[in-house]
Amino acid sequence: MSALLELENVDARYGPVQALHGVSLRVAEGEIAAVLGANGAGKTTTLRAISGTVRRSGTVTFAGRPLRGGPDAVARRGIAHVPEGRGTFAELTVWENLRLGAHTRRAEKDDFARMQQYFPWLETRRSQQAGTLSGGEQQMLALARAFMQRPRLLLLDEPSLGLAPLLVTEIFRIIRELNEREGLAVLVVEQNAHIALQLAQTAYVLEVGRVALSGPSAELREHESIRRSYLGY
Amino acid sequence: MLGLTRKTKVSTGASLPVLAGLAAAAVFLLIGCLSSDTFAQQTVAGLSQGAIYGSLALALVLIYRATEVINFAQGEMAMATTYIAYQLTLWHVTYWLAFFLTIVIAFVLGVVVYGVLIRPVQHRSVIALVIVTVGMFILIDGLVTWKWGADLKFMAAPFGNQVYHAGGVAFSRQDLGVLLISILSVILLWVLFQFTKLGLAMRAAALRPAAAALVGVRVDWMLAVGWGLAAVLGAVAGLMTEPYVFLQPSMMQAILLYSFAAAVLGGLESPAGAVIGGLALGVFLNLFGQYAPRDIGSSELRLPVAFALLLVILLFKPTGLFGRKQVRRV
Repeated sequence: MSALLELENVDARYGPVQALHGVSLRVAEGEIAAVLGANGAGKTTTLRAISGTVRRSGTVTFAGRPLRGGPDAVARRGIAHVPEGRGTFAELTVWENLRLGAHTRRAEKDDFARMQQYFPWLETRRSQQAGTLSGGEQQMLALARAFMQRPRLLLLDEPSLGLAPLLVTEIFRIIRELNEREGLAVLVVEQNAHIALQLAQTAYVLEVGRVALSGPSAELREHESIRRSYLGY
Repeated sequence: MLGLTRKTKVSTGASLPVLAGLAAAAVFLLIGCLSSDTFAQQTVAGLSQGAIYGSLALALVLIYRATEVINFAQGEMAMATTYIAYQLTLWHVTYWLAFFLTIVIAFVLGVVVYGVLIRPVQHRSVIALVIVTVGMFILIDGLVTWKWGADLKFMAAPFGNQVYHAGGVAFSRQDLGVLLISILSVILLWVLFQFTKLGLAMRAAALRPAAAALVGVRVDWMLAVGWGLAAVLGAVAGLMTEPYVFLQPSMMQAILLYSFAAAVLGGLESPAGAVIGGLALGVFLNLFGQYAPRDIGSSELRLPVAFALLLVILLFKPTGLFGRKQVRRV
């Protein structure tokens, strides 16, 4: 499979603090890849380096062309980033949030119809303020909004954060569905290694800003140090 | 949910007592207008003055929400664009054509001001921004005086000087026209913000710039358009002020101060609050001037009274009528 996204030797820094040291990773077309690691390992920074919200060096290639510019330019290339804290506009209605997702699109009607196959309940909440949704609903809204962008690659930052186990299962089911039915490639950052390794085909383990381990999820699941540090058995 | 989801308290801002108070004020005005001709006349004149305060206050709020700074030059920008309309009429452009051309020119000027002067210092500090807008105030004032002189200039009266009589009440066509144009421009702006893709993107860019950029919104462009629209509102306010005070470099300075008061009264973050604040202030000042004892109600005290009101608001309800309490995430 050809690489949709390829990071080569990417450094990123927040002022004087270097957060990524020569990170290389790739996401194939239609693949789900996971980035695992402890707090502060650089998982979120990896996503930010891709979407251009943090200063970076090294090369990032997307769909065969270098990825340049700020977050709005990256979004226009077909990458949807659901950031930490979901990036929902709490003050706006559910519908306005979805319309914003389609900001770069022209055929909005068609996008709505497709989105509703996966998130049918959003229709009944369309004029509710997004800030009054529950945490799980907000995460779903963030996913739906990202999907309205009709991206080729979805960047997800800790989709399970703060959610009850049942909701986490539901969210991951939808992510898998989007991946299988729409061919959407996903790069997901997760604390919950267990569920991430079940979902992803490939995984990268970050330690203090470096890729410490990588490979097919099935292999990593069996890896001694992963089991001990992240899966806990 | 675990305590992890940060619930930001969301409210429309207007609380029940505030709405009840406004409704009571409206009823009071209505009864007053029906029972006294002078009262009705003063109320309509106050509304048209207030609509001007309201549209300039709305311009201040637009800028404040997008750039988090009070644009001290808003009034001078309005004054300068009014001079441009005046220049156009000197070149034999008809008043209303000059009006629309001026709106276009004002928009472009607003965008340029943002791009050239504001954007470079935007992320430095609030103080730097404030100094830039104060600098613009002085610069524009100087340029206009240099180009057109400080003496009074006169434009054709856009609405004529007719007076309508309804019962015993006399309404001047000018007051009604000013009220109509100001309210119309506010409504058009509201439609733009509420119902168009551009308006939604602008609101998103002002609310959460980082999140807006992630969905592909060009935040800088949106802020530039915001400055352009604020300049347009200012131009309308300037053109609507001209029939009352005529053209002079200082024509908008007092108006800007009333607009500050109106914006603070409305809560500084609330567009609807700014407009309602403006209307309320205009009516209040007019009625106060009419009915307060002669020595207090004199026109010299108009501005001080407005500022006394501003002070009272800041002391007892700093979020204004429609503002919401700022919950800063740490």
